Amino acid sequence: MNKRVEKTTDWLDERLGIAKGARSSLNKIFPDHWSFMLGEIALYSFIVLLFTGVFLSLFYIPSSQQIIYHGSYAPLRGQSVSEAYASTLHISFSVRAGLVMRQMHHWAANIFIAAIVVHLCRVFFTGSFRKPREINWIIGSILLILAIVNGFIGYSLPDDLISGTGIRIAFSILESIPLVGSYLAFFLFGGNYPGTSIIPRFYTIHVLLIPALIVALLAAHLGIMYHQKHTQYPAPKRTNKNVVGTVLWPTYALEAGGFFFITAAVIAALGGLVQINPIWLYGPYVPYKVSYAVQPDWYMGWLDGALRLMPSWEIVGFGHMIPNAFFPAVLLPGLTFTALSLWPFIEKKITKDDQVHNICDRPRDNPWRTSLGVGILTFYIVLFFASSTDVLANTFNTSLNLVLWTFRILLVALPPVAGYVTYMLTKETEGLDDAGLRRAPVIITRSKDGEYSSVVVDEEPPLHSRTRFEPQEVPEEKEYRRVARGDDNERELVGASEPSVGGDNGGVHHEGIEPHRSGGSGIFRVPRSVAGGGGPFGGRDSRRQRRRNTQE
Amino acid sequence: MSEVMPTSRGSEYDYSSMTGSRTMERFIGALFVVSLLATIGLGVTFWLGGQPQIEGALLFIALLGIGVGVVAWGKYLTPHGPFVQEREELKSSDLDREAFYKSLERGTKILGRRSFLGKMLGVSLGAFGLLQLFPFLRSLGPVPGKSLYVTDWHKGVQLVKVDGSPVTVNDLEVGGVMTVFPDGFVGNAVDQVVLVRPANYNLVTRPGRESWGPQGYLAFSKVCTHAGCPVGLYQELTQQLLCPCHQSLFDVLTGATPVFGPAPRPLPQLPIYVDSDGVLRSQSGFNEPIGPGFWERGNE
Ligand code: HEM
Ligand code: FES
Repeated sequence: MNKRVEKTTDWLDERLGIAKGARSSLNKIFPDHWSFMLGEIALYSFIVLLFTGVFLSLFYIPSSQQIIYHGSYAPLRGQSVSEAYASTLHISFSVRAGLVMRQMHHWAANIFIAAIVVHLCRVFFTGSFRKPREINWIIGSILLILAIVNGFIGYSLPDDLISGTGIRIAFSILESIPLVGSYLAFFLFGGNYPGTSIIPRFYTIHVLLIPALIVALLAAHLGIMYHQKHTQYPAPKRTNKNVVGTVLWPTYALEAGGFFFITAAVIAALGGLVQINPIWLYGPYVPYKVSYAVQPDWYMGWLDGALRLMPSWEIVGFGHMIPNAFFPAVLLPGLTFTALSLWPFIEKKITKDDQVHNICDRPRDNPWRTSLGVGILTFYIVLFFASSTDVLANTFNTSLNLVLWTFRILLVALPPVAGYVTYMLTKETEGLDDAGLRRAPVIITRSKDGEYSSVVVDEEPPLHSRTRFEPQEVPEEKEYRRVARGDDNERELVGASEPSVGGDNGGVHHEGIEPHRSGGSGIFRVPRSVAGGGGPFGGRDSRRQRRRNTQE
Repeated sequence: MSEVMPTSRGSEYDYSSMTGSRTMERFIGALFVVSLLATIGLGVTFWLGGQPQIEGALLFIALLGIGVGVVAWGKYLTPHGPFVQEREELKSSDLDREAFYKSLERGTKILGRRSFLGKMLGVSLGAFGLLQLFPFLRSLGPVPGKSLYVTDWHKGVQLVKVDGSPVTVNDLEVGGVMTVFPDGFVGNAVDQVVLVRPANYNLVTRPGRESWGPQGYLAFSKVCTHAGCPVGLYQELTQQLLCPCHQSLFDVLTGATPVFGPAPRPLPQLPIYVDSDGVLRSQSGFNEPIGPGFWERGNE
């Protein structure tokens, strides 16, 4: 082991006792599956949000003070705009890399929330929320809400015509809450709409309050996941009581770390090359102006759609009113997020299942949950598309009325149909464990008499299949446990990857290894049987090492 | 290269994914170099003043080079096992649980002996919290009071255009539309009024509003009764006002009653008159709250 690493470890370990925990972390096993990347995308785009957001906050001015614009965007010169709007233009046109950062921030926000939603779907459809992971499901649901709210608030900060209209609608939605609505709206906005407080307040909420909450919840989310260990998909050798996959150090660390850069790269490409939210085209917010064919960011689409599809009802009585917007914009999301966060408990009520589940369901193996999920998802997808009724009516040159009614009918009819179709499909494929795998070939022979006979070839599994190999314990971990247990008799150790530096375990053969910290290439050496192939982590090392061995 | 690969089936590790490791190594090295070059290019771009598309492209290459390289390193040049690890049971042992209860009980018993103190503490803390909360909430904003019911329209106020000049009876052609404000409050969100002129004779939108539409001028609050957007578009052909936010349509001739979309109530109509100088003025304020609904608002 490198002397300096060792010294640092010593220093830290004597003060914090980190070696033990760090050892088990390095040896931690992560199941491999593409669907486990979805949560990672969310995490990485959040990190991009933090970086780009801090950059933006150095230049953005959260103020609705009206000034005359004199900046570098000529078409707006001389117009009265808010400082918030002017500073966003400044970021876009005059700050070096400002536009890229702004667009990256916006793209990252969209990707962040999309990744959360898809991640949520994976967890839902595989039943990964079941005991013991209910707490993380709830935390995840709260993270989704916070992300959506922060996205909306961030979208509002530039104070352009489109986002300003969004703020106006948000005020009306708050106002529509029974009993306390007008108070809530007045307290948030510092008085009647629009006032001058909302931009500075949104700013504090956007850059401090919600990000802090997200960071805290994210830490809890990941900490719990780490502690409980990942779920894994059913496969031979995988049981409810083990984890099969790659090891954190170095494989998973490289793959996950690299993936952060890939996520950031895609966001950077979008931020640099694909325009998003060109606020200079929308113009500054003016309360009596409005632009047409306005669509919010995608994650607000379902609420916008719900506002559009809602019939023009309003409840009036006993001197009070429950306004129209309450139903689609307060009640619907309220029910949605309540049901979402409580889903593990709702399902448990129905299934009475109180077992610990570490193996994911294959979606087709749980037709009931899968079809319900697809039905519900369809509902929100219809709402999402309903947010463009006007665009659709224009594009297809039909009446708004027709489009609206089509969507109202689809909203009611499509979810059950989608659910039913899914149910039939899952029933068809239920239990097909070997679906998608290569079947053993059948050799059909025709005899001279024209008689056919078939033989199933008992072929070995394909070479690339991971299941060809018996899953191993990480050798170092196994060794550690054996030593810790004390039955370290027939150990035979060999220099694994480096000649030892000082210390007393540098030789080929060893007696009584104790987990000492000084010298050697680690706590102990890897058994010969393994090292013969170059050490478990040393495919490429083996030649060098073999050379060394012969030199010895 | 092949000597590195233990291919026998007896081998405990799957190196098969590492075939061609030398090529792979070169490939990854090349990626890192490409990334480095892109980073240098990025520096030059910044130095020269920056250009969004070039910055984006170079950032992409710089980050992607590192990302793909590192992932490939992990994927092709490190063993994938598969490795296995036991899951320890999350649940503590019965002994641990018992011991926990005992320790907890030690405290609760001692505290329980002085339950009166506990209650007092609860009351004090609760009062403290509440009393912090109220001033805090109150300083966030004024209570709504009557402010949702009033606008700056009163008897005799001049209608002015966006530039502040008064609206006279000749300002709109038949079929015309404009946004107006009470004199002195141009741009005020709650005061915005859409003035339309569907005809040039007195228009009566509803019984009781016989004198509200002089010379065909009709004035409605421009704040949508659905969610507050400005009702921006006047379709002359159908005599309808359209709110672009959720496509509510209001029929002008019947007093801006909603005929389509989610808006539940007509746009409040502002009674106006033409004074002796031909200037449009309001007869009074609105006779109902403008804009979207709220709880306190009952059946007026
Ligand atoms: C939950 C994570 C976040 C989300 C979903 C999010 C989303 C957004 C969105 C959609 C915008 C509008 C961008 C535009 O088109 O102009 C925005 C603006 C902004 N965000 Fe964030 N953001 C997040 C975190 C942060 C953080 C942590 C900071 C600062 C530390 C930050 C600082 C800013 C600033 C200063 C602006 C206004 C500048 C501008 O509009 O150009 N954001 N945000
Ligand atoms: S705000 Fe006018 S239709 Fe919704």
